[in-house]
Amino acid sequence: MSATRAEVCVTACAEAWRGDGEILAAAMGTCSILGARLARLTFEPGLLTTDGGALLTAEPVPIGAPAGPVEGWLPFRDHLWLVQNGRRHVMMGASQIDRYGNTNISAIGDRARPTSQLLGVRGAPGNTICNPTSYWIPRHSTRVFVPKADVVSGIGSDRAAGLGAHTSRFHDLRRVVTDLGVFDFGAPDGAMRLVSVHPGVQVGQVVAATGFDLAIDGDVPRTRWPSDEELRLIREVLDPRGLRDREVRT
Amino acid sequence: MTAEEVAASLESGMTVGIGGWGSRRKPMALVRAILRSPLEDLTIVSCGGPDVGLLCAAGKVRRVVAPFVTLDSVPLEPHFRAARQNGTVELTEYDEGMFMFGLLAAAHRLPFLPTRAGLGSDVMRINPELRTVRSPYGPAGVWYGAAGRGPEGGPGRDAGGDGDGDGDGDGDGAEDARGEGEELVAVPALTLDAALVHLERADARGNGRYLGPDPYLDDLFAKAAARTYLSCERLVDPGGLDGPPQTLLVSRMHVTGVVEAPGGAHFTAHSTEGGEHGRDEAFQRHYADSAADPEAWAVFADRFLSGDETAYRDAVRRWHEERVR
Repeated sequence: MSATRAEVCVTACAEAWRGDGEILAAAMGTCSILGARLARLTFEPGLLTTDGGALLTAEPVPIGAPAGPVEGWLPFRDHLWLVQNGRRHVMMGASQIDRYGNTNISAIGDRARPTSQLLGVRGAPGNTICNPTSYWIPRHSTRVFVPKADVVSGIGSDRAAGLGAHTSRFHDLRRVVTDLGVFDFGAPDGAMRLVSVHPGVQVGQVVAATGFDLAIDGDVPRTRWPSDEELRLIREVLDPRGLRDREVRT
Repeated sequence: MTAEEVAASLESGMTVGIGGWGSRRKPMALVRAILRSPLEDLTIVSCGGPDVGLLCAAGKVRRVVAPFVTLDSVPLEPHFRAARQNGTVELTEYDEGMFMFGLLAAAHRLPFLPTRAGLGSDVMRINPELRTVRSPYGPAGVWYGAAGRGPEGGPGRDAGGDGDGDGDGDGDGAEDARGEGEELVAVPALTLDAALVHLERADARGNGRYLGPDPYLDDLFAKAAARTYLSCERLVDPGGLDGPPQTLLVSRMHVTGVVEAPGGAHFTAHSTEGGEHGRDEAFQRHYADSAADPEAWAVFADRFLSGDETAYRDAVRRWHEERVR
């Protein structure tokens, strides 16, 4: 079966949680939420996932569906304690991300009087200093991939290094998934590196959409296609209404 | 009490905490009463939603203390954005966990609580009043675990970590970075002059019960405040709060006044006996669309916010009737 770009993104997001075992897969954004639930339904069955609210569901549920049987309770207050506890890998969004993975969801421009007030830092500072963190960015562009984030909500590899090895021992930036490719922070200085480009995407396209120098090691592989079983789970079980195609257009 | 009496008991310049979370179970009837009052220059402490937006639009706010302001299904709050972008409202912006710790500290009469959240981020830069605190213990605190093994599998209470409190955790030379107590953010107590919360049920004495899956932080707001006002969907006699005791979130010992306000969380989400979430998404969209344009906002404010709470409810009902026609 051929897959859409959104479906490639869902499986690429799912891959972020591979090997995580029995932890909470916390996700924001449609493809990211679908990815967490897909990983749990396939190669990472120990993951815990929510109904998008305060309930840990006994089984991964379709996006937007009621929780059904539950296996646990995670109201916001306990979610915030779980961040401190650390058994959690979050995939957040970002309005800006820089070369070292510093991200901004707070405000664009001068903070005293921003040109664009966004959400606020939300849980990004705590998430990044306490938990493994990945990012899902549905539209890869130079507006998002910037030389310097205006307000650092989520801290990057350079800032973590500046805190010292002990203080930053739980800081763990895993990967960035976008509509164009997959990235990590595997460059020698902790800078962002291109891991794979999605099928149909050229490396030059990614470079042109990125506002800083990406580390690129030799030939860049292609992001894997979803398997037939993964496509069935995405299309028939997790997202029958096709919400993924509103987030990433083919 | 009435919502008007709650608003009349507050003073300009106060620090007021507002319970709920984003566009979920906000004490909107109490907020609307503040909109009708002469109050101004307020510091609003909130996991912000349309409560913050409406108060900003009405010019009641000097400062917002919040980890975010959002309408949930509409990501950005238009009035809050406008107030920030016009430079009319200041913002003290904390990480969500920091914010909860600030309320926890105030609720327990502590000057601060320590957390990692915030370290390395611009939260420390944009809030220059924030300080850090260094642990007087070794890297993992005093370890009471088995066989002298530290929680990270290492030799636990090693150099300097013997918990004898002599403070010379750096005596081990090369290990000093590990031997020294950890530096953490000291989140200051978010002590409130007053708090406003909305629960689905309350009794006449001020005990409150929530029905949905999430208590949010309403009990912490109640404990962090010198005075707390509780509005509820339905008021019952003492002893009439049927349900699991662990859903009795707020105790009368922390509540100064109770207001019966059916639909008092509208248009934010709250729960019913059936358990479903009742956010009025259509009306919230109408609010957000109107807020994006000054003329449309004048029409909205005139239609929905120029009268009392009964007039508000009637106007919302008529708006829905017109939509289905």
